[in-house]
Amino acid sequence: MLLNEYLFLAAFLFAAGVYGVLARRNAVLVLMSVELILNAVNINLVAFGAFRNSPVGQVFALFVIAIAAAEVGVGLAIVLLIYRNRRSIDLSEVDVMRG
Amino acid sequence: MVAQQIAFGVTAFAMVVGAVRVVTTKNVVHAALWLMLVLAGVAANFILLAAEFVAVVQVLVYIGAIVVLFLFGIMLTRAPIGRESNLDNSMRPLSLVVGLLIFGLLASVLAKQWGRVHLHTANVQRTSDVAQSIFTQYVVPFEAVSVVLLAALVGAVVIARRD
Repeated sequence: MLLNEYLFLAAFLFAAGVYGVLARRNAVLVLMSVELILNAVNINLVAFGAFRNSPVGQVFALFVIAIAAAEVGVGLAIVLLIYRNRRSIDLSEVDVMRG
Repeated sequence: MVAQQIAFGVTAFAMVVGAVRVVTTKNVVHAALWLMLVLAGVAANFILLAAEFVAVVQVLVYIGAIVVLFLFGIMLTRAPIGRESNLDNSMRPLSLVVGLLIFGLLASVLAKQWGRVHLHTANVQRTSDVAQSIFTQYVVPFEAVSVVLLAALVGAVVIARRD
């Protein structure tokens, strides 16, 4: 196996996630795209850990998974609060703080 | 080695299709289900990289908990379950350009830097090595992550509570 195969796959997932974050207007879909980005990072961490023959890559992948769980919990709570206040989770309408 | 290559090809193809569908589908519930496919593919890749503990955690946390959380979020925000036409904003072409630019940049750098580097999966990191590393060298970050998780869950309850 080439190391690059995993890195290219992770790069594609990352780019797809960035596209989703920028192009989607539904807040839940934006959070899903963030998950794509985090998973791309996890693939990179584990692949480099295997390449360097060190367990530290897997350790940091586990940290990223824990942080992602926290992020989704808080993110969906915020989305629920926005929905309760505005009856919509369209991010292009949430512009109260626009200067 | 050939079996590993074939397995990687199949899962990588499924993940690429799934990732594209997550960010382009017109149906919010379908996006969550395609995301589940991508997450399962990531878990399969962890197994191919001999990181079985991370793969199990990936299945438990992502597929077991986070996708269910997303489905609950879709349900509670009463998103239309069927097809919907206005899920994308007006920045879509520009976003596509940005995404393609990022992928092109990453791909060119990776191809230049890691061109023909081979992975030696013969020397695997066992789960005991990972546990050893977490509970000796990285025990302070581990405890910090535990506190962060607790704080995030309490915070989510406080934010979402109806008062």
